[in-house]
Amino acid sequence: MIRVVLPQHLRTLARVSGEVTIEVHGPATQRSVLDALENSYPVLRGTIRDHVTHERRPFLRFFVCSEDWSHEAPDAPLPKEITSGAEPFLIIGAIAGG
Amino acid sequence: MSKVRVLVGTRKGAFILSSDGKRQKWDVSGPHFAGWEIYHVKGSPVDPNRLYASQTSGWFGQIIQRSDDGGKTWHQPGSAGEKPPAPGAGPVGESNKFVYDASDQTGKPLTTHQWYDGTQHPWEFKRVWHIEPSLREVDTVYAGIEDAALFRSTDGGKTWHELPGLRGNDTGPRWQPGAGGMCLHTIVLDPKDPKRIFIAISAAGAFRTDDGGKTWKPINQGLRSEHIPDPTAEVGHCVHRIAQHRSRPNTLFMQKHWDVMRTDDAGDNWREVSGDLPTDFGFVIDVHAHEPETVYVVPIKSDSEHFPLDGKLRVYRSRTGGNEWEPLAKGLPQSDCYVNVLRDAMAVDSLDSCGVYFGTTGGQVYASADAGNNWAPIVRDLPAVLSVEVQTLP
Repeated sequence: MIRVVLPQHLRTLARVSGEVTIEVHGPATQRSVLDALENSYPVLRGTIRDHVTHERRPFLRFFVCSEDWSHEAPDAPLPKEITSGAEPFLIIGAIAGG
Repeated sequence: MSKVRVLVGTRKGAFILSSDGKRQKWDVSGPHFAGWEIYHVKGSPVDPNRLYASQTSGWFGQIIQRSDDGGKTWHQPGSAGEKPPAPGAGPVGESNKFVYDASDQTGKPLTTHQWYDGTQHPWEFKRVWHIEPSLREVDTVYAGIEDAALFRSTDGGKTWHELPGLRGNDTGPRWQPGAGGMCLHTIVLDPKDPKRIFIAISAAGAFRTDDGGKTWKPINQGLRSEHIPDPTAEVGHCVHRIAQHRSRPNTLFMQKHWDVMRTDDAGDNWREVSGDLPTDFGFVIDVHAHEPETVYVVPIKSDSEHFPLDGKLRVYRSRTGGNEWEPLAKGLPQSDCYVNVLRDAMAVDSLDSCGVYFGTTGGQVYASADAGNNWAPIVRDLPAVLSVEVQTLP
């Protein structure tokens, strides 16, 4: 079980409150976590990653165990704190005004 | 008694304003999709309870929302809130998937347009500016997007497909973004000929198809734009808005960057009808519901100063199809008013006494229940208004 924290607007879209939990079959990576998240909540497709290229949207970041993993390889294994559910995988919206 | 429903898109959500036919007392619903930019909300002429909304965000991209109950509840087409798709019916979660058609079979290999530095730049999807539901099919709806292209859904917004003949027009490499981006912001469906569609792009100009969207031609003859090297070029004009009266589909009125224009031959030839307007810069233009020669604009001081002349907010009305204009100011602020009225932010209802509506970047939505003679604000303090549409309900 992997815990994922979504930004407020994506929680609204997905009609969830608080964290969501997902099951990842096979190695847990950023790609497999996001794949599983989008399979569980199809309304999130295109909102975190581009529909076609699967590139991260520019104003979103991925935080893992207090580190910014946004530029890590999408298939790099996530640490055991994430895979065990001890720490959440954070999807963060960039701070901006207006 | 008839009712009206005003659909307002703002920088921070959508609002629905409802009233009876008197249009004096209003119920305000919203914000829907709070915190998101709502570029446009529009109802289907076939089923007025079917609404579509373009919800966008610099963070999370594009979302398409749909309501089947007149705006009480919303969902993303093909997702939760709707009946689950039948097994094998295909993936869900694609209602926000706008991918340019570059296939060999139906698309065009053309993938670039003119960029600010004069080089060619690939088309990149940014957002849906305008949604135009079909006049005939409740599940058919068009979307005008940035970077400029026209998409169509025939399944109520679940999936979208480009009509690539427009972007593939051989003038495409000469299209260029205006200050607001290279957006397809106007879609006019011909009420008499289902295969004829007019669209407008900033800054490319107006285009028309007569074959249901397979092929398109620029219809900009007669336009003159001093901000491009050849002022009478085939494309490159910054058209802000086009309006049509249903009874005369070959007559179109255009608010260009500068100049108010008119055509009576479906865009083959335009002529200027700015006449005695105090300034002919502006964004919105619309036509009275029952008088095809009565036209409304909101003059804006200039392309450098996007606010009304002298701090006085005035709608101008022509009852002669242009050239002769009268200011309409009763009930509108006549001092210290420096708002703008954006291109999709004016609409008319079709009650016997035609109602006219417009929204401002200051968050006001003004209504006139007597064709513009008298105005009153429905709301004063919304976020900046991006779009206004009106439904006349039985």
